[in-house]
Amino acid sequence: MPVTARARTMVLVGLVAACAWLLAAWRQAALAAEKPSQAPQLVVCPNCRLRKLGEALAAAAPGARVIVQAGLYAEGTVTVNKPVEITGQGYPVIDGLGRADVIRVTANDVTIRALWVRNSGSSAMGDPAAIKAVGVSRCLIEDNRVSDSLFGIRLDQASDCVVRHNELRGGATSASYSGNAIHLWNSQRVVVEGNRARGWRDGLYFEFTRGLRVQGNLSENNLRYGLHTMYSSDNRYRQNLLRANQGGVVLMYSRQLTVLDNRSERHWGAACYGALLKDLDASRFEHNRFAGNSVALVADNANGNVVAANDFVQNGFALRILASSSDNRFSGNAFAANAFDVITNGTRSDNLFAANYWDRYRGYDLDHDGIGDVPYYPVSLFALLLGEYPQAILLLRSPLVSLLDLAERGIPLLTPQALRDTRPLMERPRWSKSSD
Amino acid sequence: MIPMLQLVLRDLWRSRWPAAYGLFLLATSEALFAFGENRAQAVASLLTVTVLVVPTMTLALGVSQCFDWRYCAELLLAQPVRRGAIFAGQYVGLTLVLSLSFVFGVGLPFLWMGLGSRAAAQALAVLLAAGILLTLVFGALALLLGTASEQRLPALGRAFSLALFLCVVYDGILLAAATGLADYRLEKPLLALALLNPVDAARLLVLLKLDVAALTGYTGAVMQQFFGAGAQSVALLPLALWVAVPAALAYRAYQRRDF
Repeated sequence: MPVTARARTMVLVGLVAACAWLLAAWRQAALAAEKPSQAPQLVVCPNCRLRKLGEALAAAAPGARVIVQAGLYAEGTVTVNKPVEITGQGYPVIDGLGRADVIRVTANDVTIRALWVRNSGSSAMGDPAAIKAVGVSRCLIEDNRVSDSLFGIRLDQASDCVVRHNELRGGATSASYSGNAIHLWNSQRVVVEGNRARGWRDGLYFEFTRGLRVQGNLSENNLRYGLHTMYSSDNRYRQNLLRANQGGVVLMYSRQLTVLDNRSERHWGAACYGALLKDLDASRFEHNRFAGNSVALVADNANGNVVAANDFVQNGFALRILASSSDNRFSGNAFAANAFDVITNGTRSDNLFAANYWDRYRGYDLDHDGIGDVPYYPVSLFALLLGEYPQAILLLRSPLVSLLDLAERGIPLLTPQALRDTRPLMERPRWSKSSD
Repeated sequence: MIPMLQLVLRDLWRSRWPAAYGLFLLATSEALFAFGENRAQAVASLLTVTVLVVPTMTLALGVSQCFDWRYCAELLLAQPVRRGAIFAGQYVGLTLVLSLSFVFGVGLPFLWMGLGSRAAAQALAVLLAAGILLTLVFGALALLLGTASEQRLPALGRAFSLALFLCVVYDGILLAAATGLADYRLEKPLLALALLNPVDAARLLVLLKLDVAALTGYTGAVMQQFFGAGAQSVALLPLALWVAVPAALAYRAYQRRDF
């Protein structure tokens, strides 16, 4: 390329970058701009002039602050159709009388804070939620309690919202007649942070979303999944704790997700897993900890993902990689005290395993570079047998099985030889050791 | 019974085999930690060793002890001593010494390495309990074999065959059934078959503590249910029977035997 042309390209790229930066900065500024601090304030309480939240909202001017004092406000559906800030004091109870949505937000720039919202409708028609925002931007939903509702907090076609520090208590008993704790549909750039969801269908459910930041949430004892994503991209999931659901992190039909520092634990059962990567592409899994799951991570038609520096401890099966998955890279992970390391249904492997720590590895390291000199084959004969004959699990840790595995390792006949770690680590990484 | 027990203990002490058995287990247990395994993994590996070594060694040492002890027993029987007391002393002495060797060998490295998490400590406790139960079972079987045979070598041969059958061949049959007859609904019969064998029952007892994640993950509904609730007591029952029945049979053989 001639020098002038290259210079022109560089200037062009620089200009585009500068424009992008300016645009981002402008949006940041717009987000950060405080509402006037001297906003008019309305107080609602059972003995005040304003006894109902609905009345106060009707009376409020845009930008007003509505203070709701402790008490029971059973008003059916309350619609928030102008930019206001609703703050509860002493967790006032907003009761939806089991009709439809309890609080329905249809305006931008609405804040809902410190309310106890309960009793949404329960029919599947219209998916009633405790708090539902539709087609809005910049909403802030924080410090609320939610209970006795079909869906908890639901955002449809929302953008730049923040949902944080909410406590959501579900009463789901069957997956088909229950909703999700935090449900985002067709939404962008939402922050979901520090929420606690127990007893729903899915704890966190995101469908057709982009640019979400999901961090520090706790999602446990839900009927289906702790964190469930469909048709989404460019989301970041960090430091969430998923526990005792049917599945922990379940990512489907999505791409370019980043999953860091999460913990997925105690997902026990026939179809239970710490993480499921189904039709997931180009995503990153790093520094997550999978402990005590029946299957820690399942890859089903997942392609081009990076799974690095994760801790797999005391799971039934650490990895289950279906033959439909390829071009994934598993490197720098630690596998310790799992009943089985890897199980697969194929004979070939188009995935790369490198520099993982496997506690079953019995190789040597003559040049003392910390990397074993012979490869490790993580699929055992017994694991292969189990894929065909699940009943054989009865023989787990039997001397006979050890003998069979040993013989197969000596003269491999059945296990896939392509699936191997050519540079297994000799020592367990320090970050993994501490978690014994 | 107590004086008999003292005599038996002295006899076993002199033979040095129980000490060798304990030291072997100690070396194995220690080697696992030397390989850098964590506690849960060490317990898992020790389980495989336990279900192979404890039955075999208990049978072998028990049968040998029967024959070593025979001259002594004949002399004792000339005295006003009840046969039951001699038998009880022998059984209790044998199983006590071998159980102690087992607990010492398997447990000691955990003492200086630390017990680790609560789950790992519990798994170790169940492993020790399972090992002691196996010692009780195979101690009774050893006395039965030792009392019913006239000569040492055939008795030892029978002991080793029995150990080989229950520890390895039986599992081979189970595996063959699980794979060869996979088209039939064999979950319940397989489970029953596994529990019938004391070695498998003991192994399942520890697995239920150690590998719940794997057990619940990859099985059909029947086993799911079984492993889900109350399986521990179900696994304990056949073990208790395996102690009681051979012990009773050995006692009867002992009473009838013409020394």
